[in-house]
Amino acid sequence: MEQRIQALREQMEKRISEIHSKDALSTFWQDFLGKKGSIADLMKSLGTVAKEERPAMGKVINEFKVQAEERYKALSETMEQMELQARNQREAVDITLPAKGRPLGGLHPLTQVKNEIINVFSGMGFDVFEGPEIEDDDHNFTRLNVPKDHPSRDMQDTFYLEDDLLLRTQTSGGQIRVMDRQKPPIKVLVPGRVFRSDSDATHSPMFHQMEGLVVDKSITLCDLQGMLDKFVQQLFDADVRTRLRPSYFPFTEPSVEVDVSCFECAGKGCSLCKHTGWIEVLGGGVVHPKVLENCGIDPSVYSGIAFGIGIERITMLKYGINNIGLLFENDLRFLKQF
Amino acid sequence: MKVPYSWLKEYVDIDVTAEELQEKLFSCGFEVEELTSPGAEISKVVVAEVKSCEPVEGTHLIICKVNCGEYGDDIQIVTGAPNVYAGMHTPAALDGATLPGGVKILAKPLKGIPSNGMMCSGEELGLNEDLYPGAEVYGLLDLPKDTVPGTDIREVTGLDDFIFDISVTANRPDCQSILGIAREVAAVLGKKLKMPATDYTTTDYVYPSLDIQVEAPDLCPRYLGHGVRNITVKESPRWMRRHLALCGLRSISNVVDITNYVLLEIGQPMHAFDMDQLEDRRIIVRRAKVGEKIQTLDEKEFTLTTENLVICDGNRPVALAGIMGGLNSEITEKTTQLLFEAAKFARDNVRRTSRALGQSSDSSARFEKGISEYITELGMARALHLIQELGCGEITASAFDCSAGAPREGKHFTASLKRINAILGIDVPAKDVVRILKSLEFEVTRKGDTLEVTAPRFREDIEVGEPDLAEEVIREYGYSHVVPTFLKNATVTSGGKTPAQQRRDRACSVMCSQGYYEIYTLSFYADSDLDGLRIAADAPERNVIRIQNPISANLSIMRPLLAPSMLNIVVENLKKGNNEGRIFEISNIYVPGEKGQMPDERPHLGFAAFGDEEDFFTVKGSVEELGKAFGLRFDVERAEDVSWLHPGIAAYLVCEGERIGVFGKLANEVTAELKLHKDSKANHKIFLGEIDYEKMMSHAAMSVHYRPLSPFPAVIRDLALTVDEHTPCGDLMKEIARACPFVKDVELFDIYRGEQIGQGKKSMAFKIRFEPADKLLAPEDVDRFIKKILGNLKFKLGAEIR
Repeated sequence: MEQRIQALREQMEKRISEIHSKDALSTFWQDFLGKKGSIADLMKSLGTVAKEERPAMGKVINEFKVQAEERYKALSETMEQMELQARNQREAVDITLPAKGRPLGGLHPLTQVKNEIINVFSGMGFDVFEGPEIEDDDHNFTRLNVPKDHPSRDMQDTFYLEDDLLLRTQTSGGQIRVMDRQKPPIKVLVPGRVFRSDSDATHSPMFHQMEGLVVDKSITLCDLQGMLDKFVQQLFDADVRTRLRPSYFPFTEPSVEVDVSCFECAGKGCSLCKHTGWIEVLGGGVVHPKVLENCGIDPSVYSGIAFGIGIERITMLKYGINNIGLLFENDLRFLKQF
Repeated sequence: MKVPYSWLKEYVDIDVTAEELQEKLFSCGFEVEELTSPGAEISKVVVAEVKSCEPVEGTHLIICKVNCGEYGDDIQIVTGAPNVYAGMHTPAALDGATLPGGVKILAKPLKGIPSNGMMCSGEELGLNEDLYPGAEVYGLLDLPKDTVPGTDIREVTGLDDFIFDISVTANRPDCQSILGIAREVAAVLGKKLKMPATDYTTTDYVYPSLDIQVEAPDLCPRYLGHGVRNITVKESPRWMRRHLALCGLRSISNVVDITNYVLLEIGQPMHAFDMDQLEDRRIIVRRAKVGEKIQTLDEKEFTLTTENLVICDGNRPVALAGIMGGLNSEITEKTTQLLFEAAKFARDNVRRTSRALGQSSDSSARFEKGISEYITELGMARALHLIQELGCGEITASAFDCSAGAPREGKHFTASLKRINAILGIDVPAKDVVRILKSLEFEVTRKGDTLEVTAPRFREDIEVGEPDLAEEVIREYGYSHVVPTFLKNATVTSGGKTPAQQRRDRACSVMCSQGYYEIYTLSFYADSDLDGLRIAADAPERNVIRIQNPISANLSIMRPLLAPSMLNIVVENLKKGNNEGRIFEISNIYVPGEKGQMPDERPHLGFAAFGDEEDFFTVKGSVEELGKAFGLRFDVERAEDVSWLHPGIAAYLVCEGERIGVFGKLANEVTAELKLHKDSKANHKIFLGEIDYEKMMSHAAMSVHYRPLSPFPAVIRDLALTVDEHTPCGDLMKEIARACPFVKDVELFDIYRGEQIGQGKKSMAFKIRFEPADKLLAPEDVDRFIKKILGNLKFKLGAEIR
């Protein structure tokens, strides 16, 4: 009996080492471990063994069975692994093939910059107001302290429409509309399209501005610079700062031009800042008392600061665009870069 | 505004370099746009003393030995100039020198004779007769004998001067002159201003009949006239010619030069009439008569209207006020007596006339910016002084002063130091405030916090007091003293975009997520853009707002529709080889208002999709997704009457029964006219759409409420129907949904046409999703629903189950 088991064991080991297919594996099971397999036969023939040897022999047969089962299980797992691997290989794709599905479009760089600016000032508590693009003389000029004969009207070549209407030359008119409907404290941004009859490499007859206005008690020129420092630091670089220098706008007094220290060269001088270390970014000032008065706000109680940002200018600076025309050509190759 | 450094120095003792002065001017509000030197390009050109001249036989050349001081006292230079002589002092460009225009001079032989440079004429150095005497003589520049050999030629000829090109802001017309800038320079350097002389003496002579009347004081608030006799018209002195030349003006004659000189120096445009050409010896300042004509000094003729101001003699216009004199009363060599005019004309009238006639001058440029009557008075006095100083005439006692009565003293303010500092946010010491204001010629007396201030008469920009004074103080005190504070006293406010603004951002994001790129197009275009879209002449879109003064006819109407702009951008992209893409813009269209009403500015969403991948349904899908983002369901109605869309491939978008927009394939007729290559045109698939953005948003769900989910699973059944070819899918879907309340979704998944179905028929297969509300759906229930649906479809649309 023992020899028989030993022979079968050797036979089993030989068989298992020769198995290369799933079919062969299941035949192996039938031959050794199946109901009619050799191990079942061994069990059946256990009756022929002397009674006192039976438990020991049973144990041996059992060990053989466990051994065969282990062999079967191990090989079966290996084969499944191999089969999975083969399948995975068959199913593998060229991952560098182009993606499917609709690619994303995108917002125009002017919108992106506009939103960035709004985000910065929203955090400081600014509302956003959008006024009409077609304005009257009153809102665009007169109430902003630009009297009819004033030469500063020359600064802005105006498009005129019928009935004394015009296309707004600046978003500053938004100041008037805001102050007409809201009393201090006021913190508001007025983004929008503006129009001037000017067209060349640096001018477009339509462009975009963002007016900012703060009216409250005890607002000073120092606040303007402090606020704009925060703004340029968030927009450009944490290390930049602003510089004020005298300028002129009819609706502010004092009026300032605001330069930002060059964010490319940190003020050392480069082509972007024309080797001055400073880049002109916006204009602003302390709101002219006549403008407050024109909106029914008492300038002896309240004061204000205002600024105007050219969105095209900031966009061109931020992305290194050198021709304003590109922003309005809408070449998809351009738009896809942002 | 061009300001020569040497001229400035006549009024202020400047002790800083030109570059330092540029910085100073920048800090107080006068940006120097360009700082140039007339001799900037010249190097290594020095005074040479010619020791010997030896003509070379058979040539026009002369071998010279010259003494150039430290550069060598026996340098051989060959010249061809005939006016060279031994003992002459003349400029020599030595080996390695540069001349204007980047000309480089090297030592090299002339006809085999070694020459160590080149001796120069005045013109070769960029000089002219006004800048340096003898500069235009043919041949070498003959320098005075007291010039020291070896000296840099720029020092000797004044080519080491600097010209500041200064940008003057619109509020400072008083600085449109050398004197005005000098005043600012004096203040910023803390120096005294030396005023030009304005004294003169008059003879007793009075023109017996001379008279001046101003009939339009609104357009001419001040008019000064003064008679000058016994004129000798001759050349102006050197210094005057040089100053004019540095500012780019050519000397003409003493009298004309004086008017130009006063314009540059004082900022007052002057005019001189030939007294003998003034009929009746009269001057009348009045509005022109309709159709009246004048020929100006430059021989251009203008036909005038009552909007134009003219200076007339007893009979006819002799000058276009503030712009240019008339040819009929011009100063000539024969002039023996003249009438000087110094006036103030209304700036807007000069501007309007100048624009309307297309005629401008240095005078009109100054009048347009505005001049003060102080300048008018000063200008006249200075001109008369110069007449006397130059000895070119006798100043008579015939002086006229016509005034509309403007006050002759500066504006007075009572100001508080505290309030000045409150505007700035810093504490400028009282003594500095007073010092600064005084340096700018304000009269100031201080009592504690109170300042009594009188502004100088030429500072008409000083209007309201403290804010103006604050600006004057800080621009001189220095903006670097401003200490940034972050809104330290401001009330805390919440801020941010309004819900409507946020929705618009969301609409843009949704479009982007559908593959659309946002574009920015101009708000104006031309009638021809509407023609391109075949918009009928009587269509409502033809009622447009027109720009009165467009840049070009191409940009002359405010757009009533975004579609033409979209199409233009599509075409531009196709031209560049961008053969597919999606674009959109949310922007205003403009509709004229009722009489007396403001026009309507209405945001529209315009979009376009083009390329092989696009068809009506890809675009429809993107529009539906946009709607979903705002809880909107769109229906479509066939749009056969939109001139720019294909009548069979276009739809109106309908939301809750209201038409909110339209989209579809570009009409074949429009495509055929596109400015694209003929072969490529046929292949392009272009889809356009335009939605009334606010109409769409008026249907949007402003808030979302959660609907409880059914705990019971949904049942999905497929249904294939055979219908007439013309039955729209939408009708079938609508009827399916209508027949049973449990239908939550109907989806088309197949269309089949073929013999089995029969001619003129099609089969459409739908997936129908039933969602029970309160109980599990048994198969019998669903069978019942299907039966009902089929019954309904057969009755309404003649549909049969396949």
